[in-house]
Amino acid sequence: MAFYILQALNGLAYSMLLFLLAAGLSLIFGLMDIVNLAHGGFYLLGAYLGLSFVRWTGSFWVAVITVPLLTAAGGFLLEWEFLRPLYRRTHLDQILLTFGFAFVLTDVTRWLWGPAVQSMAPPGGLDQSLAMMGTRFPAYRLFVIALGGAVALGLWAVLSRTRLGMIVRAAVADKEMLEGLGINVNTVFTGVFAFGAALAGLAGVIATPIEGVFPGVDFETLIVTLIVVVVGGLGTLSGSFWGSLLIGEAETFGKTLLPQLALVVIYLVMAVVIIVRPAGLFGHRGR
Amino acid sequence: MKSPLGRAGWLIVPVALALVPLGAPRYLTATLTEILIFTVFAMSLDLLVGYAGLVSLGHAAFFGIAAYAAGLLGVRGGAALLLSLPAGIVVAAAAALIVGVFALRAAGVYFLMLTLAFAQMAFAVAHQWAGLTGGTNGLSGIPRPALPGVDLGATVPFYYLVLLMSVAATAALVRLTASPFGAALVGIRVNESRMRVLGFDTFRVKLTAFVVAGAAAGLSGVLYAYYNGFVSPDVLYWTTSGQVLIMVLLGGTGTLMGPAVGAAVVLLGQNLVSSYTERWTLILGAVFIVAVRAAPRGLLGLLVPAARRQGESRNVRENVNGDDPAQ
Repeated sequence: MAFYILQALNGLAYSMLLFLLAAGLSLIFGLMDIVNLAHGGFYLLGAYLGLSFVRWTGSFWVAVITVPLLTAAGGFLLEWEFLRPLYRRTHLDQILLTFGFAFVLTDVTRWLWGPAVQSMAPPGGLDQSLAMMGTRFPAYRLFVIALGGAVALGLWAVLSRTRLGMIVRAAVADKEMLEGLGINVNTVFTGVFAFGAALAGLAGVIATPIEGVFPGVDFETLIVTLIVVVVGGLGTLSGSFWGSLLIGEAETFGKTLLPQLALVVIYLVMAVVIIVRPAGLFGHRGR
Repeated sequence: MKSPLGRAGWLIVPVALALVPLGAPRYLTATLTEILIFTVFAMSLDLLVGYAGLVSLGHAAFFGIAAYAAGLLGVRGGAALLLSLPAGIVVAAAAALIVGVFALRAAGVYFLMLTLAFAQMAFAVAHQWAGLTGGTNGLSGIPRPALPGVDLGATVPFYYLVLLMSVAATAALVRLTASPFGAALVGIRVNESRMRVLGFDTFRVKLTAFVVAGAAAGLSGVLYAYYNGFVSPDVLYWTTSGQVLIMVLLGGTGTLMGPAVGAAVVLLGQNLVSSYTERWTLILGAVFIVAVRAAPRGLLGLLVPAARRQGESRNVRENVNGDDPAQ
């Protein structure tokens, strides 16, 4: 029994990492109809920047604060300079542009940080394991679970309880109406895109002590995130949350219980969900 | 392809390609062989992306499945060309039929994700079923097929086999897209509900296109297995699907010739750049960004002026109207 609970906790930590990525990707899609294929690139950039910040400053917490700001700046630049001129074109063009950036980011990071797998220790205080149910569980994973939960709650509160959240929801529902009410929708786009990049960067920093970082992890992460978002339903926050839980746990239990099928489990889950509910668990058809 | 230039091209390009090995060094012939193989692969994807509007990120599945099928037949049975080539194509087409039945229930991003999911499953099988596929190590020592009197192991005769196959595949795809069926595909891309109202069984049309595209990708996969003598799970990985999608989009969707140009540009670029720098991915990404911004219709769209494009859209309209059973 203890084994299953510990696996579930491992899965939960992984789910929360996925949620940080899926929330941004899904918000961006809901708002702009763009699947940001460079999202994994921001994750990778965040992970490497975090690594370097920890090496320079010696402090994990400096990295946790600074790196999301830097990846947000990157997201801002991408949206402002490159995506904006394409808004009159098809969404496919915009998606493809982000695909190009995914390639650039993957190679630039390999160039600057090298091809080796790199990792870092959890910060002081979290680098131990706690006694639980007769065995031990890493404290750092509990921190990741708590952080992910806090971000989920915060996002939910902002989106449903504040004026800013109201504007974002309105922009998802009807952009022209919002524009007519005197809100600059393009600014909302830029803000949400940069925020999504910040969350991806944050996920990169806090994932590194668990997962390590290496070239190619960006695309692996992107694909899993896309699966989460598709399973949960594109453009919904609750979909991202429950999708993250489902995929995170399925992947974790799949790896331990059915190692031969480890590579397939999440794809099977996705295929079944799409075939049964084509718009995802929480998606609305015809959006 | 209705213009005199287009007709002449049908003669000039294959003849020019047939003359290449006479004057060119071996490595150039080998590079050209690879380009021709990927040309077929890219064109098969263009049938889906450019005509039916179905953006697949899992097209490598059919390329890779056929490559493995031909490779296994070759390694285990030393099979002849007449067996392993059709076998690879049939296996790929059958796989496309199964995937298509499921994936075509969805559209847009969901279709993209489903195709990706099935391709990743194929990758996982190739990766895990080491007893059959050799796992991560791949399948090596795939012999080129035996043809009486011809040594296909040599670069030049094999080049001619690939040239013959790719010209045949190109002609078939061009004819198909120019046919009422091709017009129906375009109609589905432009307005699927209208096509349904007009009495088309759009699911069936799309499924047919998906199977044809899978079969054509299968042909290129078999040729690739012969060419390389080696198949690894990488051919099924989504990066292969991504690369062929880039070829299609870079060249220009819905033109067939554009993706052929895209395949040539990407592979030549890769060969050239790789000898100077390791930063090929960076350059490919940058080229892609510039291409999306500056050449939304792909490289061919830059070369072929707007007049031709208007002609194309007029043709499409006429064809669609011509097939309309209600009129």
